[in-house]
Amino acid sequence: MGMALLVNAEETVSIILFGVGFTMLMLHRNLIKKIMGMNIMDTAVYLFLAVKGYIKGRMVPIVTDGIQEVSAYINPVPSGLVLTGIVVSVSTTALMLALTIRLYERYGSLDLDQILMRAKEEEA
Amino acid sequence: MSRRRDDYENSRWRKFRSWVDGEVDLLASGIAVQPPRESADLKDRKPENPHKPQLEGALDRDKARNQELRRKGDPEGRGIRYFRRFYQVMSVLLCLSIIFVLLWTIAYLPAFGNAGNPDNNEVSARYIERGLQETGAVNIVTGMILDYRAFDTFGESCVLFIASCCVLVLLRIDAADGEGRFRETEGKAGQAKGEPEYDVLLKPGAAGSVWARKRLEESNDRLYEPKDDVILQKCACVLVPLIFVFGIYIVLNGHLSPGGGFSGGAVLGSGLIFYLNAFGFKKTEEFFTEKVYRRLTLCALTFYCMAKSYSFFTGANYLKSGIPLGTPGAILSGGLILPLNICVGLVVACTMYAFYALFRKGGM
Amino acid sequence: MRLFEIILLFSLVVCAVSVAFTKDLLTSIVIFMSYSLIMCVIWVLLQSPDLAVTEAAVGAGVTSILFFVTLKKIRAIRREDGHEQTKR
Repeated sequence: MGMALLVNAEETVSIILFGVGFTMLMLHRNLIKKIMGMNIMDTAVYLFLAVKGYIKGRMVPIVTDGIQEVSAYINPVPSGLVLTGIVVSVSTTALMLALTIRLYERYGSLDLDQILMRAKEEEA
Repeated sequence: MSRRRDDYENSRWRKFRSWVDGEVDLLASGIAVQPPRESADLKDRKPENPHKPQLEGALDRDKARNQELRRKGDPEGRGIRYFRRFYQVMSVLLCLSIIFVLLWTIAYLPAFGNAGNPDNNEVSARYIERGLQETGAVNIVTGMILDYRAFDTFGESCVLFIASCCVLVLLRIDAADGEGRFRETEGKAGQAKGEPEYDVLLKPGAAGSVWARKRLEESNDRLYEPKDDVILQKCACVLVPLIFVFGIYIVLNGHLSPGGGFSGGAVLGSGLIFYLNAFGFKKTEEFFTEKVYRRLTLCALTFYCMAKSYSFFTGANYLKSGIPLGTPGAILSGGLILPLNICVGLVVACTMYAFYALFRKGGM
Repeated sequence: MRLFEIILLFSLVVCAVSVAFTKDLLTSIVIFMSYSLIMCVIWVLLQSPDLAVTEAAVGAGVTSILFFVTLKKIRAIRREDGHEQTKR
């Protein structure tokens, strides 16, 4: 298992980053930190996808000198998927941050526990 | 500071436990044992918070109740603390187990960078071999996302638009509405007494104090906006045109070189944000207002929709356009890819700027 | 080249972990920015310059700016609240 993990170092790192982001999402009580963890998870998934499309010793998928053989270029599909994903992740981040600002305006805290407590107090 | 093994405060176990409790930062040099978890918050909390007295009251009540329950020997008082500890331990365990399972899977995946991997199948082969003839784009990635999978990209730009709409709903400050109500209700009384208007409105219990605070916030931001930072402005004078030219280059050459609508639009958006930071809202509003934003986004999305949905009428077999593909490598080639790139770039640039402006002052 | 890639991957993990452990929000945002930049270089090494351009503009630029503005906004709200309280 150890050797295989070393051979697939990029995938391993992406999984570790995913784990770090997931842990941040669960253990941090600060909302901004949670959003950062979410972003790290995003980039980890993109790294995994991009690594899956990479082929050693091949070029960027831009046709040069009219060469159109499969053996010349890397796989273009994951690049296309990730390209749109990166931009969409910004919009989700902006939405989450806007919600955070509203929560702060309402409850005066960034701590999720305190926000929940105050919400419960106001309900009662 | 002594570093003896039996010194509990400095031991590794204690540090680890305090990290798990979220009390202390392992990267900081010394370990600072902070007060219990209710008041241990991030640095950016100050006692001036209006909720704080209530909250502390509630916490004190909570604590008192807990102590009372503990004195009675009731196990329920410690229930919450046990639950929190349990939650933390269980979440660490869950994360570790997820990582372990995923790493185990990784160990059985095919080797990195191997051409024979199952994901390099006939789909990507087709894109590479026939892409230039079928789409006319030299950059295979752009040809893929704007021709073969153009509907997908349309969905993505709609996602961006919807996200900016949601941020608008959440953060917008309706200036006109507030002004009207101010004149009707509070303003007359306050001005009669000769008090400055915001002082009246910020009085606790004033009917419009919420929106007045928002107005104040906005006016503060506008007041402090043109900082006349000479260094920043000179830098902006040099850099902003370069950034814009680079962004336009990326958008227009999306089918020839790396880049395209998404990246170029993001570069354009960050150039706009830079300009706004250097020169303030007043100067930016001379050429980019909410009206311009609405028109640009609407036109771009409508054109995209029209350009790609006419294939429903032709039987939806091909997303073929009547435009000739041109010679590969020329800027006017690739059929619909160039206009679609411009549309996507406009939508992305407008969205990025809109996010920033909405976060900054609640309007454009 | 492989060695360089592994160094970059290692610093990526270091950045992510230090984002998790840093208490000051501003510092952690700056570290997150550098995380995005390292990711951008890794994408150049993985032969996808499209992703590198997008990540440099979006991940390192716009996302971090949005985080900064959020912090500024939150500080402004807090300052106003404090102001109001002292007036009372």
